[in-house]
Amino acid sequence: MNESVLLLSLASAVVIGTPILLAGLGEMMTEHSGVMNLGIEGMLLGGGVVGFWMSTQQASLPLAMAVGALVGALFALIHAYLAVTLRVNQIVSGLALVVTGTGFASFVGSLNDSSLIYARPVSKFEPVFGEAFRDLPVVGPLVLGHDWVVYMSWVLVAVAAFWLFRTRAGLALRAVGEDPATADTVGIPVGLTRYVYTMIGGAGAGMGGTYLMAGIFSTYQHGISAGLGWIAFALVIFAGWRPWRALVAAYVFGALRNLGFSLQILGVDIPPDVLNVFPFFLTIVALMVISARPAAARRFSAPSALTVPYARESR
Amino acid sequence: MAESVPEVPSGEAARLAGITKHFFGVAANEDVDFDLRWGEIHALLGENGAGKSTLCSVLAGLYHPDSGEIHLDGDRVDLGSPHQALDHGVGMVYQHFRLVDRFTVAENLTLGHPETGFFTSRRSLERQVGELGRRYGLEVSPQAAVWQLSVGEQQRVEILKLLYRGVRILILDEPTAVLTPQESQNLFGTLRALADDGRAIIFVTHKLDEVMAVADRVTVLRDGRKVGAMPTSEADPATLARLMVGRDLSVTERPRTAPGEPVLSIKGVTAEGDRGLEAIRDVEIEVRASQIVGVAGVAGNGQRELAEVVTGLRRPKRGQIIMGGVDITRSTTLERIKLGLGFVPEDRMRTGMAGGLPLAANLALKAYRQPPLSKGPVLSKQAMEDRARTLEKQFDIRGVRGALPTSLLSGGNIQRAILARELSARPRVLVAAAPTRGLDVAAIQAIRQLLIEEADAGTAILMISEDLEEILDLSDEVIVLYEGQVMDRLPRDRADPDLLGMLMAGRGVDAA
Ligand SMILES: Nc1ncnc2c1ncn2[C@@H]1O[C@H](COP(=O)(O)OP(=O)(O)O)[C@@H](O)[C@H]1O
Ligand SMILES: [Mg+2]
Repeated sequence: MNESVLLLSLASAVVIGTPILLAGLGEMMTEHSGVMNLGIEGMLLGGGVVGFWMSTQQASLPLAMAVGALVGALFALIHAYLAVTLRVNQIVSGLALVVTGTGFASFVGSLNDSSLIYARPVSKFEPVFGEAFRDLPVVGPLVLGHDWVVYMSWVLVAVAAFWLFRTRAGLALRAVGEDPATADTVGIPVGLTRYVYTMIGGAGAGMGGTYLMAGIFSTYQHGISAGLGWIAFALVIFAGWRPWRALVAAYVFGALRNLGFSLQILGVDIPPDVLNVFPFFLTIVALMVISARPAAARRFSAPSALTVPYARESR
Repeated sequence: MAESVPEVPSGEAARLAGITKHFFGVAANEDVDFDLRWGEIHALLGENGAGKSTLCSVLAGLYHPDSGEIHLDGDRVDLGSPHQALDHGVGMVYQHFRLVDRFTVAENLTLGHPETGFFTSRRSLERQVGELGRRYGLEVSPQAAVWQLSVGEQQRVEILKLLYRGVRILILDEPTAVLTPQESQNLFGTLRALADDGRAIIFVTHKLDEVMAVADRVTVLRDGRKVGAMPTSEADPATLARLMVGRDLSVTERPRTAPGEPVLSIKGVTAEGDRGLEAIRDVEIEVRASQIVGVAGVAGNGQRELAEVVTGLRRPKRGQIIMGGVDITRSTTLERIKLGLGFVPEDRMRTGMAGGLPLAANLALKAYRQPPLSKGPVLSKQAMEDRARTLEKQFDIRGVRGALPTSLLSGGNIQRAILARELSARPRVLVAAAPTRGLDVAAIQAIRQLLIEEADAGTAILMISEDLEEILDLSDEVIVLYEGQVMDRLPRDRADPDLLGMLMAGRGVDAA
């Protein structure tokens, strides 16, 4: 493969990987609290469509991202209420959220004779650094050529890693996800923690969706996410619930999504559906590798109380 | 029973007045009064299900009582959560430890502690933990992960956690249930030192000897009610036993049916546990027809793995298992069942019953493969229900409500249902693990009676139990497991609690 094609496809793997990373990072925080939210795809579409609409109305992309995050968080609130307060089965509730969010996006997209489908964002996500930096060999396109969302996602990864493993708040969060009864007896508010982090997860998905539509594609189409939310879900598992690993993994998944285009340029014809399966396949391989080594399995496995509801007086 | 509220003694640490707590209509506590003084160890005695844990959980803020008052240091308080209780200096070591297994000891201690800063700091914690540990005999390494610790060490972490939080009223719910006699002695030393420093200790147990050995005062609960309270110096074991059980305890000497042919032989079996270490090593056990062989030992010494190897849930690494002359070492669970193996698992809700299914379905879980319950691939619902009704009557299973989930039944009734399913298959060999754990007195007696009748009818029974009284009551022969090995094998008349206690702690005895 020609060097510049390789560089370009790596650079665009970073771009495609970014919504996966944002949504996956959010889900990771949710799961560390013991709540599994299968509804990422729905929150991504639901938050994204509103964020995209904002971007077509006015010029501020940060505002559009914030609105997308907020709407994603509101969708997640539904899940939190069902799963934490009503203790509904989290799988059922998450799947319901997929349907709700997808339906909501289609509905918004069809308003006014589908005017949203023909609308374009008022402004574009511009590269942060000047041309002098972007033209540097290798680091130019790979590291310095991106817009602010990519850099923000790196900061978020660092913050998440620090938060989870270096702060008291992170310790409390993980305690809730590992053993809510224990967390409760030492005074950590289990329900509140789960609500907050479930909504943070929704915010990540909403931002990812907004970036996908307003940034990467600059358009809204029905079904535009094409299973990205499910890939974000796999990402959490693939990354072993660790933020830094999620960063790398998101770009691997992003590269896989890109591979189809690159191969087509090179004249190899692989159906995109086959490539879309690869992230899940990789996740299964990763699970097999990890579970073969007990020490690794203990470190990189799901929070012990994932999907387990908590009620103080029940046993 | 209407007890008058006791006079406020000097140095009252806590007082509970008229505590009532119901669960789904069952009274776990009924109008219970209780008082605790600074500097004392106060035993709370009662059979399983008497309401001890419930009362403690009320004082620890975990359960909110339906009615009644809590006074701490003379002031009436309302404890809305365990956290609020901690702020009042009340903390509890729960029967099932409340530690995050994957965290280190230090992380568990930091968790929810108000005085550590936003960032987790290590040094001052390690110093304080070291000091507390030395002072009270609670040494543990702060950097060890909890799952790597022994049960005894985990308990030390639990106590440290409370001391580190500045708790002055410590509640320990059946702390000795998981300990060897030696570890229990160490714990008593720790508790005494804590009480001598002016703290107040509530020590929950159903063992009379422990009350006599360590407590200053004792309160006895029965069926959710307080039935007595006295200084230990004025108590004697017989009185306490009568209060606790509500009648005189009699040891049932069962007439021996002469044991028959060997039916189950475990020969030199070695198997690995879940962590890949050898959990049982070179185990030799033989059970004859009409014989009950009791396997005694502290939890976690290979009992679970032994049961799993015999029932086919775990593959042995070495050795042989013979049942009725057939080598079943490599047989599947289904093949073993067909040869006449019955199993009462230790964890009755997780592996004994499918809790979400109705009772009739659970009762059919073994017999559904043959007529009349099924014809070809089709189940007969009518036959299943008829059979369930018969078994309910025969085994006295109560509280069944049609198609509602089995998990709503009480522990005793679930256990009866499991026995009904297993015994109705007419097994030649029955493996019963912790058959009466957590049941009330009536249920315990009924289950033990069923086991005895089953043995008299010719079944070979391998009974695994941590309850020494049960082992001594039922077994014709006692085997002691320690760290996966058979420490000794004693005929019933040579086994006594002291000897078994020594063996369970890993100390062999040359002359019995
Ligand atoms: N959380 C609960 N939910 C339902 N029933 C309970 C609960 N806690 C206790 N009970 C019931 O209350 C009674 C007393 O239980 P418990 O306080 O655990 O007794 P003990 O600790 O003396 O063995 C039992 O019948 C038990 O089944
Ligand atoms: Mg109890």
